[in-house]
Amino acid sequence: MSVVWEVFRQDRKGQPFEHAGSIVAPDADFAEAWAREQYGRRGESVALWLVPREQIHTVGDWADEFDLKYRRVDGYSIKARLKEARERAAARAG
Amino acid sequence: MNELLLGLADDELVIGWRDSEWTGIAPMLEEDVAFSSIAQNEIGHARAVYELLAEDADALAFDRPLDAYRCAPLVELRLLDWAHAIARRWLYEVADEIRIAALMEDDDARVAGLAAKINREEAYHRMHAEMWRERLADTPQFRAAVEDLWPYAAGMLPAKQREALAARAHRSLPSDKLLLGKERGGHTEQLAELWDEMTMVRHSAPAGAQW
Repeated sequence: MSVVWEVFRQDRKGQPFEHAGSIVAPDADFAEAWAREQYGRRGESVALWLVPREQIHTVGDWADEFDLKYRRVDGYSIKARLKEARERAAARAG
Repeated sequence: MNELLLGLADDELVIGWRDSEWTGIAPMLEEDVAFSSIAQNEIGHARAVYELLAEDADALAFDRPLDAYRCAPLVELRLLDWAHAIARRWLYEVADEIRIAALMEDDDARVAGLAAKINREEAYHRMHAEMWRERLADTPQFRAAVEDLWPYAAGMLPAKQREALAARAHRSLPSDKLLLGKERGGHTEQLAELWDEMTMVRHSAPAGAQW
C-alpha cells in the first residue's frame, strides 16, 4: 500500500524547512530513495524531512464571529501611521 | 591501456545508456526520476574513468571500433521488462561493489582515489537496488529474471572475484556451459545496435557536437 509522503527541504543549515512537494511511496526506504533523487540530486538541499501525510495534524478552520479586528495585524493601518511618523521625524531633523 | 579500468568505464557507459531507456516509461513517476538519475550518474563515472585513461574522454568513449569495447555482456542486453531491469541493476551493483573495493586498494593513488569517489555515489545506487530486490524478491518474475541474468553477472567479474559475488548474491557459481558467451571479452549482438545509436551524433559531427 503506497502512501503520500510530504517532503520538506532545507536550503542551508540553520534555515527553516520548507515544503517542497510530495512523493507516493510504499515505505520509508522508497520514500527516502526517491526524495533524495527528486529533491536533492542537484545539491539544492542539505537535509530533508519526510512525513507521511496522514501523520500531519491539520488545523484549517477559524471561528471569528465577532469581528475582533484588534487582534489582527490588518486591524491597524500601519501605512498611514508610518507616513506620519516619518514626516514627524523629518520635521524634527529639519 | 588499463583493461580493467577500460572495462569499468565501458560497463558504466553502457549500463547508463541502457537504464536511461526507461526514462519516461518506468512504472512510477518517482522511480522514473530516480532510475534516470542513477543512469546519469553511471555515465558520469564512465566519463571520469575515461578522463583518467585518455586526454579526450569522448574520443575514447565513441571513436573505437565495436570490438575494442570491454564492457560485459550483462550491461549490453536490451531488457524490456521491469523485473529484468531491476534484477540487472541489483546484480550489477553487487558485482560492481566487489570490483570497486579492489580498485580502492590500487597502487596508483589516482585510481584508488577515483574508485573511492565513485564508491561514495554507488552507495546510494546499492541502497536503491537492494530496496527493490527486497520488494520483488518473492515474485516469480524477479526470481526468473535473476535466474536468467546470474551467469551474465558472474561473467562480468574475473574468475578470482566470482566466489565473493556468489556468496553475496546467495547463489552458486554457474557452470562453464552456462557462462558461454556471457563473459567479458565477448559481446552480444545487441551491443551493435546500441553502439550505432550511441555514436550517431559523434559520427554525424566528427569534430564534436556543440550543445
